[in-house]
Amino acid sequence: MDQSDKIVVQGVCYTYQDAPDAALCGVDLSVHAGEFLAVLGHNGSGKSTLAKLMNALYVPTEGHIWVVGMDTRNDALVYDIRQHAGMVFQNPDNQLVATVVEEDVAFGMENIGVPPAQMRIRVDEALRAVNMQDFRTAAPHMLSGGQKQRVAIAGVLAMQPDVIILDESTAMLDPAGRREVLQTVRRLQREKGITIVWITHYMDEAAQADRVIVMNEGRIALSGTPREVFPQVERLRELRLDVPPMTELAHDLAAAGVPVRADVLTVEEMVEEVCRLSSKT
Amino acid sequence: MLKNITLGQYYPGNSPVHRMDPRMKIYLTIAYIVAVFLVKDLLGYALAFLFLLFMARIAQINLGFLMRGIKALRVIVAFTFIINLFFSAGDTPLVSWGVLRITREGLQNAVFFSLRLVFLVMGTSMLTLTTSPVVLTDGLERMMRPLARLHFPAHELAMMMTIALRFIPTLLEEADKIMKAQMARGADLESGNLLARARAMVPLLVPLFVGAFRRATELAMAMEARCYRGGAHRTRMKELGYTRLDFAALGIMAAFIALIVVQGAFVHVGL
Amino acid sequence: MSIVIENLTHTYMPGSPFQATAIHGVSLTIRDGEFIGLIGHTGSGKSTLIQHLNGLLRPSSGRVLIDGKDLFAKDTDKREARRKVGLVFQYPENQLFEETVAADIAFGPKNLGLSPEEVDARVRDACAQVRLDYDTFKDRSVFELSGGQMRRAAIAGVLAMQPQTLILDEPCAGLDPRGRDEILGLVRELHQTRGTTVVMVSHSMDDVAALVGRVIVMNRGQVAMDGTPREVFRQGEALRAMGLDVPEAARLAARLREKGFDVPQDAYLHGELLEAVKRIVGGAHA
Repeated sequence: MDQSDKIVVQGVCYTYQDAPDAALCGVDLSVHAGEFLAVLGHNGSGKSTLAKLMNALYVPTEGHIWVVGMDTRNDALVYDIRQHAGMVFQNPDNQLVATVVEEDVAFGMENIGVPPAQMRIRVDEALRAVNMQDFRTAAPHMLSGGQKQRVAIAGVLAMQPDVIILDESTAMLDPAGRREVLQTVRRLQREKGITIVWITHYMDEAAQADRVIVMNEGRIALSGTPREVFPQVERLRELRLDVPPMTELAHDLAAAGVPVRADVLTVEEMVEEVCRLSSKT
Repeated sequence: MLKNITLGQYYPGNSPVHRMDPRMKIYLTIAYIVAVFLVKDLLGYALAFLFLLFMARIAQINLGFLMRGIKALRVIVAFTFIINLFFSAGDTPLVSWGVLRITREGLQNAVFFSLRLVFLVMGTSMLTLTTSPVVLTDGLERMMRPLARLHFPAHELAMMMTIALRFIPTLLEEADKIMKAQMARGADLESGNLLARARAMVPLLVPLFVGAFRRATELAMAMEARCYRGGAHRTRMKELGYTRLDFAALGIMAAFIALIVVQGAFVHVGL
Repeated sequence: MSIVIENLTHTYMPGSPFQATAIHGVSLTIRDGEFIGLIGHTGSGKSTLIQHLNGLLRPSSGRVLIDGKDLFAKDTDKREARRKVGLVFQYPENQLFEETVAADIAFGPKNLGLSPEEVDARVRDACAQVRLDYDTFKDRSVFELSGGQMRRAAIAGVLAMQPQTLILDEPCAGLDPRGRDEILGLVRELHQTRGTTVVMVSHSMDDVAALVGRVIVMNRGQVAMDGTPREVFRQGEALRAMGLDVPEAARLAARLREKGFDVPQDAYLHGELLEAVKRIVGGAHA
C-alpha cells in the first residue's frame, strides 16, 4: 500500500440486506493523492455503492477500505473519516439542511464542534471557493440546481477534507449546471490539491479526468487514463456506455482504413489529425 | 412558481427592530400583550396604539402590513363584537328591539374585547414581520435550551422546525407538479361531492408522501455524511447575544407598561 | 390534428413583487405527424409553453387553437384537450400512486369513462409500447421497479390515454445511457408506427439531432430559431450565445471549414462527417 494514497480499497465486497447478490465484489482500487478519478458505469453497476463505502456510510461485507490510513470498519473513526472524505450527493434538493445558504455551509462544521469565530471565516472562504459568496444569505430553494450543488460542495469544503466524493452530482442538472459544477470541482483539485472521486454515467465528464475506472456488475471492467479507456470502443458499446463522438469517429475512420490516431478525444484533436493526414502526400 | 411564496409574513429589513435578538422580541411581545390586557379605557388603547405606531416607525414597517393580519381575522373580530354587544350582562339599556337590547356595558365590552383582539394580532404581527422564521426558530431553540436538562428534546425540535421550513417550498412546488400531472391524465380534482373529492386527492397525496419519504431518507443520509449525530458536541456559527439595542428596547417597554399602569390608576377617559 | 399557438404570453403572479413573464408573444403551428425538438436552457420558457397546450396553464394573453377550436374559450371542455394532447412531465415516475403497475396505467383511461374491457385493452397496449411485459409487470408494485422501468410505466400511463399529440418534458433526465436509449427508442417507434405527433423538450442537442424533423429553440421566453436540424445547427455561434451546445459533429464540420476543407456547411450527423473526412484524407493519399 502506497502511503500517499488517499483511499485504498482492498478485496471489497458489499451485499445489501435482503439482496440475493452482491452489489460490489472483489474490488481493488487506490485513489492517489491529488488526482481526479472518474468512476463510470450505468445504473446498478455498483458505482454509488462504492462511493458510500468510501464515506463509511456502508461498511464492506468483505475486505477493507482505508481512508487516509483509517479503516472504515473502526467505529471510533467514523466521524474523522467523514470529515476527511466529504460527500456530495445526486439530488441537489435533498442534501441542503438549513434555510439559509451560509448556515447550510456551516452545518457540517457545527456537527464536529468547530469554534464559532473560525466557522465564520471558513464559511466565507468556502463560499468564495465555489463562487457563491453573493448568495450567502439566500434561501436554498431559490437557487438553480447547479448553484445548490455548489453550496453542497462548499459545505464539504469547509470541513477541510482531503478527498471529495461526488456521487452523480450532475445527473439531475442541465448542461449549464453540469458545466459549472465540473469546473468548480476541477479548480478545487488544481488549486487546493483536493483529491476528487467523480462518479458519473456521462462519458464527456469522465473524459476530463486524470484516470477512469469503468464499473460493470459490481466489478471494475476497465481502468486507465481516458486515452487508454475510450479507444476501446467495442468494449464500451458492449457495456452500453457512450463513447466520445470524436473517439467514435476515429474508430470508424480507422475501420475504413484511414490511419488516424485511435486516442482522439476532442474536436480540436480531430481537426489536428485531419490536417496532419491531409498534408501527407 | 409556488416557490416564490414567502413563509409567514416576514418583511425583510435592517431596522433596529429587525436586528434585535429574537428572544428579546418574543419576551417583549408577550409583555406587550399583557399590557394590552391591563388596559381599562379608551385612553389606554390610544396609548397602546401610539406605542405600536412608534415601534412600526422604528421598524420601518408600513401600518398597512400590521393591518393585514386583522383583515384575515375580521370575521372573528366582528363575531366577538356582536356577541359582546348583545349578550353582555348589564343594566343601563341604550337601545332595545324586543328581546335584543344593547346595554352600556354591552357596548363597552364589545369595543374593548374586539380592540384587545386587534392589538393582540398587531403586536404579534410586529414580531413576525421583523423576524424571519429561521431566526425565530433559533430564538425558540435557545429559549428551550435550559429545558434540555429535563430531557426535553430542544435541539431535535428546533432541527425539525428548520427542516420543515427548508422543505415546505420544495414540497409545495412538488404538489403543484403532481397535481398538474394527474390532471393531464384526466383527473378531476374540482367537481363532485365531498367523498368524491376526497377520493380524488389520493392520486395527489400518495405520490406526495412517497416523495417526502424519499427525500427524508436521502436527507438523513446526507446529514450523516456531514457528521451529524444529534445535539451533543454541537457548536453554532451564530451565537445569539443581547446587545445594547435589546436593553434599550427592554427599557422602552418597561416605560410603556409603567405608563399604562399609572394611567389606569389615575386617569380615566372613555366609555 | 393541428395545434396553433397565437401570440401567447404568460406572466406568473401578476401584480405581486414576484411577477415574471415566462413567455412573451410566442406564435407557432404544430402540424399533424411532426416530430419536434423543443430546446432551450432552464428558464427559457419551454416548460411554461407546453403546459398551455393541454390547458394546464391559462395564458395571460393570446390563444391556443386545437383543431381550430380555442382551448380557452368558455364552452371548451379542457378534458377533451387533455385526451388529445398527452403531457409527460419531467421525472414522471414521481406521480405514480397506485398499488400495481396495471392499476396506475389504467388511471387515465378510467378517467375517460371507458368500459373495463377497453381500459384493459389500453393498458396492455401501453405496456407493449413501453416494452414492459404485461404479464410480468401488471401486478408488480410501482415502487419496486428500477428507475428506468418506473419511467416507462409512467409514460405508459399517458400513452394509455391514446393522445394524438405527445409532449415529453426532458424524458431522459437523470437516466443513464442505457435508459436514455430505451426511452428515445420507444418515442421514435411511437412516432414512426403510430404517426403520433411528438414534441420532445430537451437540453441535449445530441439526443435531438438524430431524431427530430424540426427544432424549435426558445430563449428568454421567445422563439429564437425554428427550422430543420440542419438549419438550426449551422448557427453554432448564435446557439452558444444562448448557452446551448451544438452536436460535436456539427462543431467539427464548422472547424474543418474554417481550416479551408470542403465540408458541407450544414453537416451534423456522424455518417456525414465520416464520409467528409474520408474524402479529404483520401484525396491527400491519392
